[in-house]
Amino acid sequence: MSTTASPPAPGETQATAADALTLSGVDISYRVRRADQRIVRDVSFRVARGESFGLVGESGCGKSTIALAVVRYLARNGRVSAGRIEIDGRDVLSLDRADLRRLRARTVSMVYQEPGRALNPSILVGRQVAEVYEIAGAPRSEALDRAREILARVRISDPDGVMRRYPHQLSGGMLQRVVIAMALAAEPSLLILDEPTTALDATVEADVLDLILGLRAEFGTSLLFISHNLAVIAKMCDRVGVLYAGELVEEGPASAVFGDPRHPYTVGLLRSIPRRDGGARAPLQTIPGSLPTPGSVAAGCVFAARCGLAQERCRAETPAVHRIEDGCGERGSRCHFSEQAQSLPIHSIVAPDSARIADRAEPLIRARSVSKTFQASGQRVRGLHQVDLEIAAGETVGLVGESGSGKTTLARVLMGLTAPDPGAEVTLDGRPLAPLAGARTAADQKALQIVFQNPDSALNRRHSVRRLISRSLAKLGGYRGEALQARLQALAESVRLPERYLPMRPSQLSGGLKQRVAIARAFAGDPQIVVCDEPTSALDVSVQAAILNLLTDLQHRERVAYLFISHDLGVVRYLADRIVVLYLGRVMEIGPAQSVLDGPHHPYTEALLSAVPTLDDSDRERIRLEGEIPSAADPPAGCPFHTRCPRRIGEICDTTEPEMRVQAPGHEIRCHIPVDDLRRLQSAGGGAPSASAGR
Amino acid sequence: MAGFVLKRLGLGLITLWLLSLLVFFAGQVLPGDPARAILGPLAAPSAVAALARQLGTNQPVIDQYGTWVGHLLTGNLGTSYQYQAPIAPLLGKALGNSLELALVAFVMVVPIGILGGVIAALNVGRRVDRVISVFGLSATVIPEVVSGIVLILVFGLWLNVLPIQAAWPPGAGLGTQIYHLIMPAIPLALILFGYIQQMARAGTVEALASDYARTATLKGLPRGVMIRRHILRNSLLPTITVIATQTGYLIGGLVLVETLFHYQGIGTLIYNAATSKDFPMLEAGVLVIGAAYMVATLAADMLYTLLNPRLRLRGVE
Amino acid sequence: MSIEALPVESRAALSAGAGDLRRQFLRDLVHQKAFMIGATVLGFWVLAAIFGTLVVQDPLAQNLSAINQAPSASHLFGTDQLGRDVLARVIVGSRSILVTAPLATLIGTVLGTVVGLSMGYFRGIVDDILGRFVEAFLALPLVVTGIIGIVALGASDTTLIIVIGIVFTPLIARTVRAAVLVERDLDYVAAARLRGERSLYIMFVEILPNVLAPITVEFTVRLGYAVFTIVTLSFLGFGLQPPTPNWGYDISANVGAVTAGYWWEVLFAAVAVATLVIGVNMLASSIESALDAS
Ligand code: SF4
Ligand code: SF4
Repeated sequence: MSTTASPPAPGETQATAADALTLSGVDISYRVRRADQRIVRDVSFRVARGESFGLVGESGCGKSTIALAVVRYLARNGRVSAGRIEIDGRDVLSLDRADLRRLRARTVSMVYQEPGRALNPSILVGRQVAEVYEIAGAPRSEALDRAREILARVRISDPDGVMRRYPHQLSGGMLQRVVIAMALAAEPSLLILDEPTTALDATVEADVLDLILGLRAEFGTSLLFISHNLAVIAKMCDRVGVLYAGELVEEGPASAVFGDPRHPYTVGLLRSIPRRDGGARAPLQTIPGSLPTPGSVAAGCVFAARCGLAQERCRAETPAVHRIEDGCGERGSRCHFSEQAQSLPIHSIVAPDSARIADRAEPLIRARSVSKTFQASGQRVRGLHQVDLEIAAGETVGLVGESGSGKTTLARVLMGLTAPDPGAEVTLDGRPLAPLAGARTAADQKALQIVFQNPDSALNRRHSVRRLISRSLAKLGGYRGEALQARLQALAESVRLPERYLPMRPSQLSGGLKQRVAIARAFAGDPQIVVCDEPTSALDVSVQAAILNLLTDLQHRERVAYLFISHDLGVVRYLADRIVVLYLGRVMEIGPAQSVLDGPHHPYTEALLSAVPTLDDSDRERIRLEGEIPSAADPPAGCPFHTRCPRRIGEICDTTEPEMRVQAPGHEIRCHIPVDDLRRLQSAGGGAPSASAGR
Repeated sequence: MAGFVLKRLGLGLITLWLLSLLVFFAGQVLPGDPARAILGPLAAPSAVAALARQLGTNQPVIDQYGTWVGHLLTGNLGTSYQYQAPIAPLLGKALGNSLELALVAFVMVVPIGILGGVIAALNVGRRVDRVISVFGLSATVIPEVVSGIVLILVFGLWLNVLPIQAAWPPGAGLGTQIYHLIMPAIPLALILFGYIQQMARAGTVEALASDYARTATLKGLPRGVMIRRHILRNSLLPTITVIATQTGYLIGGLVLVETLFHYQGIGTLIYNAATSKDFPMLEAGVLVIGAAYMVATLAADMLYTLLNPRLRLRGVE
Repeated sequence: MSIEALPVESRAALSAGAGDLRRQFLRDLVHQKAFMIGATVLGFWVLAAIFGTLVVQDPLAQNLSAINQAPSASHLFGTDQLGRDVLARVIVGSRSILVTAPLATLIGTVLGTVVGLSMGYFRGIVDDILGRFVEAFLALPLVVTGIIGIVALGASDTTLIIVIGIVFTPLIARTVRAAVLVERDLDYVAAARLRGERSLYIMFVEILPNVLAPITVEFTVRLGYAVFTIVTLSFLGFGLQPPTPNWGYDISANVGAVTAGYWWEVLFAAVAVATLVIGVNMLASSIESALDAS
């Protein structure tokens, strides 16, 4: 362990011809408003042949920019301003047009986030896949045959059917398979995957990740895997590089970096993820401050402004990559004090006492047989089907489900933004609530508030923060004049929004600050229940932690109830007292959080839990769902889950919709399998029959 | 598709009906009496009253409108005050002439406009793009009066290569006709050029920035193939709609150009009808224009739907 | 040049630190050549309209002994059929159009904004009904609608302003409606409803400020078309009546003289029109691209 080690950085150690990809000292700049902005600085790493290398970092760290630079597809105003990029030992930056084309055709392929946009909307899928073979010189009919083969190899059960479709006719998961097939068609030596599963649902994501792992073994391709999700990277990669503000701050074998991080940023990042064993709502740790704007750190360590270990030296002297010799293979950290990284002081704003005060005497809000049918292009779409839900004062109910499950629709119905079908009954404190917000009494309006998913959409971008919050204080809290100002101060303080942000417009705030404004607004009228619709899904993990802490803190002080909607079971596990699982607009399971998570649980819940990669248990036995989430316009008969259920017991599942069955007091499951059988099956530990119901 | 067309036709009819109301009642606002206007200030009051009776202008407005619409529905466009002759044949001939002029303009401009837009897009931000775009942008806003005058001066007077009268000598062949129509067509084409060019450019720029263009490039397709196969089809689709909606403009431009170049088309017909307060003619002309616009946009939408699988296959899944 | 070209992640990082947004917008604006050219041209004509009479000869003074004179030192742009100084008529001719065009555009923009906001916000039946009217207007070319309006109301400057204002209304309403449709689905509108705001408040205080950008662009673009339409209508004889100098009318009055070789009688007015419309148009497009960047 040397603290004085100087370059070469890990990547510069002899770029052998065997390496699939080598970056050495790469700088990338964009020209913005007549000035150069350096987005990526001095990044070096290498991906050995057959290796899977992960680049992880929060938004704005430059990870996608690096990927695009590797294939030389930077925007017109961007350029690699220093350094070398080599693929298979060939200098990418100096290739001429024809060679670059050949390189793209044969040696490197790329898959990115939105599969729906990666394919040409007006060309048949089959033609698009076959095109890869045509470029390689195959005649048309042979190209089509080979396209069929490669589609079969990515486990598409009906390649012919898929080839005859246009992209918009396929689901997201299917499209991503097609894109992956297309990327692998030329058998490239390097495959770049840029957030390939971020836009997909958890169960589909799990399936696609497994597919990639399998194909990698089969094709022997090297991977450059880019993600913001540490757990996904941990699952997929041998080695990992952590990016922060355009710099590679730590690099090494995935197990070593995640198990024994040596850079304060990595340490902070890992600490901010809700853990399964984190204990009941122990406060999450956060990284204070926010990402520096590109080019703003002239000298010293880029992380210094947010680092709990920063000293004089850090601000004066840019740290070089320090090699770490701990027997875990080649690894390095760009920190002056890398060996002390784990002594990073704990930063957590609140320490809520974990004693919860949920009096379940009388439900605060009660929804009975809520259904919602939409009319979409001539079809009737069942958004919600006979949903019952109760929320008591002061408790947190977690609402979990994938896309199309109706979780946002349920929130909108409760809020009065969408009217439910006739027959639904929603009461607040025993009083019936008008279906639409406009018709509700002022008292009802202030009792029920919401924090939306995307603060950019939820905050009027033309109004200042002060105005945004004041208006809610005036309308909901009835404050005027002096009292309003005083309350505004207090509220801003309680959401930890420094006063200097009050005159600013939302666009001048970071994502986390914006969400604080939205939270302040929701709490302006002392609500009794706040619906949180994925309030952290648009945020980075380190920011997410701070917001989750804030929400728990506020709950303790204001005794408010939450309906917390999320697709992220980790977050729900962390916050919720009770959990509701939705699938295709129906409640599949409802019960106390612990009992739902521990099981026995509904087969769908089981699959969801199993789908999510976590840092804790990378080698747990997994249950995979095959097939697509059916369309809500045409839900399957019988049990809505039967088309994908790995525990399907037979005919009855296809024909008869199961009733809710009480598993334990307050815990109900909608499944034909008797509770005892479920318990036996699930405690058998992954004895699930391999999923194959997806036809 | 059939449902779509029917729905569009229905909406189009409603629009035409509104249009008929609009024009009809605009005519009613006019101070003065049509019969008096036709016969002039010196005519005897009894003659004026007789003509008013004959024209039906002494009836209540609602009744007049009813009669008028009734006639329209049976294909009777009425009688022109000004020419004292049935409108339909006059209008038909003028429409034919105008269509010929419009066609010349379209044939001139559509390929050039699309090409200009695509070339600009492929060189986005460079000088070529700036020159084409600034030219296009300016071309759309210069009134035809201005470009027409300049053309007359340059090609008609100083270079003397093109006739300044659009009307060709009687019995002229198609070639001569087109030769006469070139100069009047240019002001129209200039304005259309801007629209088409801008639309084609915007569509192509967007397609070039798309993820699917990136996919195609990263597959290793040569740029030319990539553009032909993956860009043009998606980028030029919206241009079709623009071309159609510009028919409306085109007819407006005809009023000016036909007057300037002394050409007997629907533009001059409407102009003359307006200045001489020949309401039946004006109303009929306006409805014909409205109908032409409707047909053009409907045709464009159908074409758009046919070429766009996303719309064509809606409801199949 | 454009921040749009950046990948999303870096764009977010950049805008987080962006200082004063308005100042940034102005800086983007003046850095464009198109803006400077447009502003100069428009500025010239505004000055000409205000102070023109102080500099040039009397545009109404006829001199029948000096008709149809070619440009010369005493008449830089020559004289017309009545022996009036063409230069004077061109300079002073900017007056009427610089009053009528902006006023007409303003009327159209205000009405169009109100109509478009209502259509986009209420959707449903309001949208359907107003939409039919808008569609009916759009089916007719501007010039034809203008002619009908003027024939019905009688030709005068006021009529011209009102008619063009009304003709622009549906065009602007369509743009505003499209922008409002996007806005009304954003959650800030839902948030406003959840705190019990009234529709009028939501439309004008919440939504309107967010659609000002397209409205501004639309105003400048339409200003150019107002000039276009007024010149065309005046040429056709539906505008301001003689002898007041007026570009469109002057062109039509002298166009017959062109065949006799008296080109200066129409060319200079035509060029004046061209510079004004192009200048306004350049302003419009530079404002649009500066707004896009911010
Ligand atoms: S160099 Fe200093 S500021 Fe940077 S990460 Fe290490 S300890 Fe923190
Ligand atoms: S009812 Fe059948 S298909 Fe549905 S979850 Fe239970 S076992 Fe699976």
